[in-house]
Amino acid sequence: MTVEHYYAPKHLDEALEVLRAGNATILAGGTDVMPQSESGKTPLRKTLVNIRRIAELTGIRLAKNEVRIGALTTISEMMANDLIRKHFPILAESGDHFASEQIRNAGTLGGNVCNASPAGDTLVPMLALDAVVELAAKPNGSVETHTTPLGSFLVGPGKTRRAQGELLVAIRIPVPPAGQVQRFFKFGTRPALDISAIAIGLAAVKTKGVLSHVRLAYGAVAPAIMRGSKTEAVLEGKRLTPELIEQAAQAAHDEVKPISDVRASDWYRRELMHNIVKRMLIDVHEH
Amino acid sequence: MSTNIEIRFTVNGSPRTVAVPPEMSALNMLREVIGLTGTKYGCGEGECGACTILVDGMSVNSCLLFAVDCDGRKLTTVEGVVNEPAGARVRDAFVQAGAVQCGFCTPGFVVQAAHLIDTHGSKLDPETIKRGIEGNLCRCTGYKKIVEAITAAAQEAR
Ligand SMILES: Cc1cc2nc3c(=O)[nH]c(=O)nc-3n(C[C@H](O)[C@H](O)[C@H](O)COP(=O)(O)OP(=O)(O)OC[C@H]3O[C@@H](n4cnc5c(N)ncnc54)[C@H](O)[C@@H]3O)c2cc1C
Ligand code: FES
Ligand code: FES
Repeated sequence: MTVEHYYAPKHLDEALEVLRAGNATILAGGTDVMPQSESGKTPLRKTLVNIRRIAELTGIRLAKNEVRIGALTTISEMMANDLIRKHFPILAESGDHFASEQIRNAGTLGGNVCNASPAGDTLVPMLALDAVVELAAKPNGSVETHTTPLGSFLVGPGKTRRAQGELLVAIRIPVPPAGQVQRFFKFGTRPALDISAIAIGLAAVKTKGVLSHVRLAYGAVAPAIMRGSKTEAVLEGKRLTPELIEQAAQAAHDEVKPISDVRASDWYRRELMHNIVKRMLIDVHEH
Repeated sequence: MSTNIEIRFTVNGSPRTVAVPPEMSALNMLREVIGLTGTKYGCGEGECGACTILVDGMSVNSCLLFAVDCDGRKLTTVEGVVNEPAGARVRDAFVQAGAVQCGFCTPGFVVQAAHLIDTHGSKLDPETIKRGIEGNLCRCTGYKKIVEAITAAAQEAR
């Protein structure tokens, strides 16, 4: 279908009004929308809503005990931001392995979340860091917002729990507790413009060799980014020892549900999970 | 039937007003509506960088950018970049170093290289250059002379 209406609202309120009518494609940086519409995979709908002029969706701010990242924040802006670099080094690091500079300058965090790729690079650290998404809609004449944990927002490849009239306005991540360690690893066959074969994010509080508040997030090993809850359970509250690390690596190997595709086979992805979880935990143990 | 949308922006310093279909890419608009053909169509999907332009000073793939999103922005294409000091030095350095073979990738590299020099100045080292041109593909040169040319142009920025 060709686009019949185009809007580039300056205010959230106007955008939500347009979205309420339905049958609309939301456009942010366009780095997914353009190739997906050109190839016919996801044709543009009757209405195209360009959200890039909405100031309410920009900026990164510290509010109470969390950092609120506007949906329009580009990958480049996120990587250069002091709050992100200080509190969420693994999120900044995930940008390092993201596509190319030209795409990082255009692609937004909100777009990365809503595109819901099982290999979305920023999703892995954000899930490990307990991110929640803030959604806005205007169902009965006034703007209403609510939040959902990122983990339940992402459902499957390209699928989220976003309702039709909703716009993702921000991603909120709690400021890490004292003593938190963070690790991120993306495995691809080349350093740039490559989609992850697997990606792993780890956040945990380390006190005297014991891990608590353990969060593991896995990318590209299931239909959506997943929490490694079985591996977390192996580690939670325990002292890191070579035996425990091996047990955790085995749990990671067993709990993922990868597919075989051009990037890697199911078997290979499981082997990577085992070996890289092990390597990350040894690194946490030693530092 | 698609409706055309009227947009205004500047390209290489000159104000323009054009009417474009909402589906059109900025790359198609530049080449077919405005007639600036220095920006190349390589892959059309963000992989090759031949279509790199600057939008409000940031380098982006014009094949992934919707033309309608150019409204109110400042666009710089390779034709404009080489009129700026960094771009002119990059162009001359590419010629000097022999960093051009078929030349198809060259406009994209020149724009991206000028952007890297504007961002990093004379601190731009070969490692940063290699990371910075990860989004530009060249099927001919093997990149060595391209990196040499950009390094030389960056050194002149001192
Ligand atoms: C060559 C290439 C390489 C890439 N490499 C990587 C990579 O290494 N890692 C990676 O993770 N991704 C990669 N991507 C994918 C893409 O660049 C990212 O997903 C990017 O973050 C998308 O952001 P955007 O602003 O361009 O989104 P858009 O294309 O504008 O939108 C993406 C989707 O989200 C919806 N949307 C956007 N913003 C909102 C919002 N605020 N509320 C509701 N819905 C919204 C859109 O309707 C659309 O469905 C690559 C893409 C290309 C073309
Ligand atoms: S034509 Fe735009 S990146 Fe190849
Ligand atoms: S010179 Fe031919 S592609 Fe680079």
